Amino acid sequence: MAVASQAQHQSPETIPAIELRGISKAFGPVQANKDISIRVMPGTIHGIIGENGAGKSTLMSILYGFYHADAGEIFINGQRATITDSQAAIRAGIGMVFQHFKLVENFTVLENIILGAEDSGLLRPSLARARRELRQLADEYELDVNPDAVIEEIGVGFQQRVEILKALYRKADILILDEPTGVLTPPEADHLFRILHNLREQGKTIILITHKLREIMEITDTVSVMRRGEMTATVATRDTSPPQLAELMVGRKVLLRVDKKPAKPGRHVLEVENLRVVDAKGVERLKGVSFSLRQGEILGLAGVAGNGQSELLEVLGGTMRATGAVRMNGQPLDLSGRQDARARREVGIGHVPEDRQQAGLILDFAAWENIALGYHHRDTYSKGLLMDQAAMRADTVAKMGRFDVRPPNPLLAAKNFSGGNQQKIVVAREIEARPDLLLIGQPTRGVDIGAIEFIHKQIVALRDQGKAILLVSVELDEILSLSDRIAVMFDGRIMGERVASQSNANELGLLMAGVTGEAA
Amino acid sequence: MDWTTVILLLDSTIRTATPLLLACLAGLFSERAGIFDIGLEGKMLVAAFLSAAFASVTGSVWLGLLMGVAGSLVLSAIHGLASITFRGNQLISGVAINFLAAGLTVVVAQDWFAEGGRTPQLGDGERFSGIVLPGALDLRTFTIAEQRDLPLLQRFYSDVISGHSILVYLAALVVPLTWWVLYRTRFGLRLRAVGENPAAVDTAGISVTRLRFAAVGIAGVLCALAGAQLAVAEPAAGFTRDMTAGRGYIALAALIFAKWRPYPALGACLLFGFFQALEARPDLFVTLFNLRVPSALLSALPYILTVIILAGFVGRAIPPRAGGEPYVKER
Repeated sequence: MAVASQAQHQSPETIPAIELRGISKAFGPVQANKDISIRVMPGTIHGIIGENGAGKSTLMSILYGFYHADAGEIFINGQRATITDSQAAIRAGIGMVFQHFKLVENFTVLENIILGAEDSGLLRPSLARARRELRQLADEYELDVNPDAVIEEIGVGFQQRVEILKALYRKADILILDEPTGVLTPPEADHLFRILHNLREQGKTIILITHKLREIMEITDTVSVMRRGEMTATVATRDTSPPQLAELMVGRKVLLRVDKKPAKPGRHVLEVENLRVVDAKGVERLKGVSFSLRQGEILGLAGVAGNGQSELLEVLGGTMRATGAVRMNGQPLDLSGRQDARARREVGIGHVPEDRQQAGLILDFAAWENIALGYHHRDTYSKGLLMDQAAMRADTVAKMGRFDVRPPNPLLAAKNFSGGNQQKIVVAREIEARPDLLLIGQPTRGVDIGAIEFIHKQIVALRDQGKAILLVSVELDEILSLSDRIAVMFDGRIMGERVASQSNANELGLLMAGVTGEAA
Repeated sequence: MDWTTVILLLDSTIRTATPLLLACLAGLFSERAGIFDIGLEGKMLVAAFLSAAFASVTGSVWLGLLMGVAGSLVLSAIHGLASITFRGNQLISGVAINFLAAGLTVVVAQDWFAEGGRTPQLGDGERFSGIVLPGALDLRTFTIAEQRDLPLLQRFYSDVISGHSILVYLAALVVPLTWWVLYRTRFGLRLRAVGENPAAVDTAGISVTRLRFAAVGIAGVLCALAGAQLAVAEPAAGFTRDMTAGRGYIALAALIFAKWRPYPALGACLLFGFFQALEARPDLFVTLFNLRVPSALLSALPYILTVIILAGFVGRAIPPRAGGEPYVKER
């Protein structure tokens, strides 16, 4: 690999850019970091991988001065450093790109860059200097952004570049990126990786926090694995493999491919014809979508986010109006908006929404309330006019057991579960209702590897019971491994359909970019 | 038509707009930093009372103003403590301050002066008198008939522009100053940032708490000036109970109308000031339109306008995004 060999050519540096010794940090009874030691060599890209809640972000927040370690020492370029706050971290040459950007949305790029690093009480000289330096940085690292653009008007890819520029403007030599590709499209992620390569070539040290194995394999020189607050291994990337890393992360062997038998499609469950949606701004989001879905089949909808998949799910789920025709088990659905999500559930459509925190759960409600939500009016949950809370709780305990929700406490508010466990609550609710058709959007976004494996198994099991599943995901790997058939959406249309077992990422990628023709 | 009426109307517009403008700018600083301030009203009231009380007792309007500022700052500190340090609800803290001010001023005034919750009438030196600007005539020395014979421009300059208290001219200066501070200085950049996204400020290594306290403090000083204009600037001659009469709330409406920007705030406050000035001149409608407008309706005009503005009839106003929410470092 060209990437790895380049790092080898650099002089055999012996002083690490960052060294952490015995870092520990507890939040109340939770030990977020346990005696962590790590050495990051200068001029390398060092990956830190681990499941959600493994302590990666806590560790980096300690390094950036957001939290104070209970014990342990930090050395920067061989010098003992006390990092009391973010200002101290910046002075030590550390820059951080957070998962959720810390930008002022209605400020310009320039204003965001100088915020906190102004030269004097008046802004004019600082802005002029920033403008000059930005031009240099843009040339050096492929980091082009319009300095006068307002943040909320540029894409997330550009916003991320602004975050990187902010760090470089503050003369950072060590750059920490927390889950940087979570919000990016595949081409944007590729561009980011090119930028990171350039930065490494200029001698910068980069720490990349992620839970995506592919990124680790693609770009890092060294990788450290964290599990439950502990550092379980540090290895050279070229000496390891995705299955080995997955096992180190989860603590057991993980199946990275979905194990499923060939589909046995039955009769048609869902028939969609010429579906059109115009949004509040008058933009046409769906431009005549037609497809059908049969029993015992998973249809994957691939596409870059924002090409109409979300609208399609919402229309079928009963939360958005449309024109066209949809038949469910042969019966036409009312698309005028008079039939809501509850009516859809009555005809056998279950829905796991794309955004579980916004649409799938009420975060302040307890798990048992969330499990009953949408089905709370059914007889099993009712005692005459009243809700049968005891039945709801008992049912929640049972579902939590079957879906391995941790902690299995039905009284805990949804917001206090990790992302993966929140998703399991939503999936358990919808799958256990045994819908004839399950709409499932981004089933594993922000979910740990172990939980991904579990959720995938449940989806396949539902299919094998003869149910139809419409899967929407921006993760191409997920689409490829779960689906029986794949439809690719672009600009509100279905660009083409493929049989999953006879397709590949390249072909789908072209369709996702809007390239048509059977040549694709 | 008779220009005297118009000139008097504009003159009184300027005078009534001044406390609104100062309070509005106070709100602007506070809310731009992400701290909602319902308590403008209470701070004005306390400052009005303290400045009048101490001007009366010490005989110096400047000492009175100083005490007014001090009192307003104490309330600001309470609001800051509740909403920044202890992350309480900003609206509740503001409402509490208003009740506290409304009750305390009357009780203390009664205790000190025993004049039914008001302060004694202020004489010369105990209040800010009108300043005659260079080139202007002191119209107090002219009879109405003599005034009518003066050139219109001279009358306009001498009456509408000249002859106000120092606080009026100060308020006029605070508008460009606020603009300059907000958009041209480091402090302004950080202030605007902390009202939009405090996490961005925090990760840049700047103290969110200190910035917000600074903003709340500035709001306190400006509120005090507004209160002083009400109580100790000619033609006012002392404090009367509840003399702010909802001006703090109207200032907030003007702030929304102005979309949290300094120059539009000036325009909005002049508009509200104009309506308040109209209230005193029901005769105007009779002479102009031969229309008898009930004075109760005229008094209600600023409030009706407030309701219209708050109902969103003047376009969407987007408040500072972090407004009203205490900043908690994420776990």
